[in-house]
Amino acid sequence: MKTSNSEVSAQANARGARAKAARPAEANNVFTIDGREIPFEPGQTVMQAALTAGVFVPHLCYHPEFRPHGSCKLCTMKVNGRPTTSCTLPAAPGMEVENNTTEINDKRRLLIQMLLVEGNHFCPSCEKSGNCKLQALGYALGVMSPHFTLFYPVRPVDASHPEMLLDFNRCILCELCIRASAEVDKKNVFALSGRGLKKHLIVNAESGRLADTDFAPTDKAAEVCPVGVILRKRRGFAVPIGKRTYDLKPINEQADRFKPLTPLPKEEF
Amino acid sequence: MPESSLETVAVILGNHGNNGTRLMQILRETQEALGWLSPETITAIAKGVGWPRAKVEGTAGFYSFFHTRPMGRYRVLWSDNITDRMLGNLDLMQTMCQKLWLEPGRVSEDGLVSVDTTSCTGMCDQGPAVLVNYRAITRMTQERVARMAELIQKQVPVAGWPTEWFQVEDNIRRADILLNNTTKPGEALKAALAREGNQESAANARSWREGVNAATRGPSAVLEEIKKSNLRGRGGAGFTTGIKWEACRHAPGDERYVVCNADEGEPGTFKDRVLLTRQADLVFEGMTIAAYAIGARKGYLYLRGEYRYLLERLNEVLARRRDMNLLGTNILGHSGFDFDIEVHLGAGAYVCGEESALIESLEGKRGVPRNRPPYPVTVGFLGKPTVVNNVETLAAAALIAAKGGDWYRDIGTERSAGTKLLSVSGDVARPGIYEYPFGVTIAEVLADAGATDTQAVQISGPSGVCVADNEFGRSIAFEDIPTAGAFMVFDYSRDMFEVARNFAHFFAHESCGFCTPCRVGTTLLKNLMDKIGDGHGTQVEISEIFQVSHVLQMAAHCGLGHTAPHPLLDTLEKFRPAYERRLKYLNFRPAFDLDGALARARQMTGRDDLAAHLGSSE
Amino acid sequence: MTAPIRKLRVATTSLAGCFGCHMSFLDIDERILKLVELVEFDRSPITDIKQCGPCDLGLIEGGVCNAENVHVLREFRKQCKILVALGACAVNGGLPAQRNRLDLRDILEEVYVTEDGLARGSKIPNDPELPLLLDKVRPIHEVVRIDYFLPGCPPPADAIWKFLTDLIAGRTPVLGHGLLHYD
Repeated sequence: MKTSNSEVSAQANARGARAKAARPAEANNVFTIDGREIPFEPGQTVMQAALTAGVFVPHLCYHPEFRPHGSCKLCTMKVNGRPTTSCTLPAAPGMEVENNTTEINDKRRLLIQMLLVEGNHFCPSCEKSGNCKLQALGYALGVMSPHFTLFYPVRPVDASHPEMLLDFNRCILCELCIRASAEVDKKNVFALSGRGLKKHLIVNAESGRLADTDFAPTDKAAEVCPVGVILRKRRGFAVPIGKRTYDLKPINEQADRFKPLTPLPKEEF
Repeated sequence: MPESSLETVAVILGNHGNNGTRLMQILRETQEALGWLSPETITAIAKGVGWPRAKVEGTAGFYSFFHTRPMGRYRVLWSDNITDRMLGNLDLMQTMCQKLWLEPGRVSEDGLVSVDTTSCTGMCDQGPAVLVNYRAITRMTQERVARMAELIQKQVPVAGWPTEWFQVEDNIRRADILLNNTTKPGEALKAALAREGNQESAANARSWREGVNAATRGPSAVLEEIKKSNLRGRGGAGFTTGIKWEACRHAPGDERYVVCNADEGEPGTFKDRVLLTRQADLVFEGMTIAAYAIGARKGYLYLRGEYRYLLERLNEVLARRRDMNLLGTNILGHSGFDFDIEVHLGAGAYVCGEESALIESLEGKRGVPRNRPPYPVTVGFLGKPTVVNNVETLAAAALIAAKGGDWYRDIGTERSAGTKLLSVSGDVARPGIYEYPFGVTIAEVLADAGATDTQAVQISGPSGVCVADNEFGRSIAFEDIPTAGAFMVFDYSRDMFEVARNFAHFFAHESCGFCTPCRVGTTLLKNLMDKIGDGHGTQVEISEIFQVSHVLQMAAHCGLGHTAPHPLLDTLEKFRPAYERRLKYLNFRPAFDLDGALARARQMTGRDDLAAHLGSSE
Repeated sequence: MTAPIRKLRVATTSLAGCFGCHMSFLDIDERILKLVELVEFDRSPITDIKQCGPCDLGLIEGGVCNAENVHVLREFRKQCKILVALGACAVNGGLPAQRNRLDLRDILEEVYVTEDGLARGSKIPNDPELPLLLDKVRPIHEVVRIDYFLPGCPPPADAIWKFLTDLIAGRTPVLGHGLLHYD
């Protein structure tokens, strides 16, 4: 069982007080996650500071090379008792943050389950299996079933491109490919259309086909998909089971992989 | 794509200076001219504004009133708020579909007409209402349905339909300072310009806009009056207007914007429609005063697409105000006071009522709420400091400028200054607009509106609160029940489950889809309500409603997701028997109709024997 | 003297599955000797018992694709105190559910009427002995209440072993890294 929150924060306060006495200037840029002290650089978000300190935070739409997005909500934490999206929240001194608690992980499990029923996620036949963040988070959070009634949406694949394949069945709408194509590749190959549950990924062509865009396998957008939507043709199942990214170690023991890069690209209007 | 269509698009693009941030208007005008937004049209527009094509398609695909496939020359949309339901809209729609030989949501085979539902069109006091080619028609009856079907079949242009159908009543039942306002256009503005603030005040020490007459102390004086008045936002959230204006005025940057939020999408609300009909000058004057106070040169009124019929009238008012030098350059001879207003039309997206989503939409993008902070007062329209205020707030601000903050503060209660417009609809003898000083009780409103045998009132729309009869002594005020204005009344003949179910459908339809919990969760709630409503619910579904609701409340990105569970949780708390009487089984029920799932196979094999059927339980 | 512990009675079946989960079950190898000290089998491909009697535990492999699957699943639910979805297909429909994007009419027509190599005059079989297909393949939790889920295609033998021994010992089964996987 987890330590009670009041106990944790009491310990944290005591440690915080000692740290302040010892190093008055720097100690100000510290907050706590589950009672553990996390130093931060001004301008860092709670999640960036946590990952830098080696504390894993579940996430799908976050990527160390991109500005925070705040849509998947897996990183939701409680900050001073209030639920908040930690990837977009600037860190502030003295925050008391709850991350790895039963209450929060229960909600995260339901978010994963929502994604599992929204799309068509059949891991046994997916090239990304073992390297998929959605799947890895399901393991880390102990998601045993989709829980809800499956939507089984009809989403045709786009196999028009000679080298790349788009399997929209697995899209979780994290917008990483959109951001990568716009900000890094400067191509704007991807965008969203529709609204609500009908929201979907589209490509930048009147025909609606990837082959009619200037997408290339060397694009940044070709490598950022956290699930199995954007795939290289004829390259599936290259790494044997047991050797894949999340076979080796659970995702929650790989916080270092997601450390933010600095500086991050600036916001554009 | 025909040459003539390309020319049409080129002209529209030209009128808007090929400016992508004007995309919403470009798309709407193009659709009005060409009927729909074909892939070729979208390509042409994207080329014209210099945006990636997919981005233009993304905007077109976001809004309910833009069509990327043909929807027929006549598009009939039935307002589907619970108040329209109570007035029998579904029967009328069914009759219409029968007469036109079509299914709801489908285009007729000859491409002539489509009939569908849409979210509340803001005509709850005179429903059932429809939009035909985005023009509002009120008080639908069987006779009107029959006549309308005839006109459509005879292909009579909508402009030639009976004018009385398009009559929208104001139904003002109780007027107070706002609706009784008789100040002349420009009067409040003159009073504001005449005001001089305390020279020592900190706010006054800063020049309100670089390069403008440094001796002008008026702006901070106006700000002082607004702060003194204790005016709070009328859109629901109740943020103190003076503080918002001051924050924007002090935000770094040399361009600022004033935006009037007339995206009145909350089901059951229609007071902004009446204010814009009766007191448009006062609203524009409030915007101009806000511009003066914060130092803005440009303002936008974001008008919901459902109120398309108001566009020409509002533009006439703006033209008149320009003629009177109440807008334009050196307003009323005040050197350096330049400001103009433009009406921006939305296209059917409730979420755009959220201020940052509204700004995105103003910029020509999908109406998705931004991450905050930063707030619009520092990073708003085009990244510049922006004040977004409700229609009613700005009208009140104009009155305050004219008559002073102390005068205003004395109206209402200690913590809720001024008056509030209520849009009263549902089971009342006199539906319409009621303006009260804050502090009025629910019981008083019900009595004035002629409500009898009242079971419940939904205050501030689906995102607000459902109040049962033991709470009718409570009052409309920020310290008790705050409201954006909706006041939907349900008598004891109404089924509160169906009320909540209608709202669950509304939120699922209007979720922008940005965040996981709202995108999927609102649909899960809708499905759970349908399962219960269809007689297949158990306590399992009820506990699922709570579980999904808690995820939405904890993790959703904006107010839409946070409040979407309210109508369900409120009715589960206060009208639980309405749910429980639908639970015919104690235990688990299948997620789908098992026998129905065999229908296709029965049809294919021609079988109808016992083994070709499944009971719904063992 | 403590009373001898009653052996748990276990039933297993495969609905719209490939028996891969059963094969994986058998991959517990010699541990099956230990298992039979603790459990006895009711209806199961291992025993060839056709009707399920009252059981402590039922393991269901495969999703629900036809009317017969529904009947079997309901029989298991009625007889088993604890019902477990075993493997990917039982959990989310799995491979068979990939037909869900197709219309059943198109599937049946292609398989029985229009495909190359069919005998002249072939038609969709309508023998009442044959169970009718559902329009979509569904996971079993959409048809009956399920107590535990054990994903995997198939779940590894070690996961099945861990799950069963946890359950028999009265612990809530927890799989952990390496044993919980969806593929």
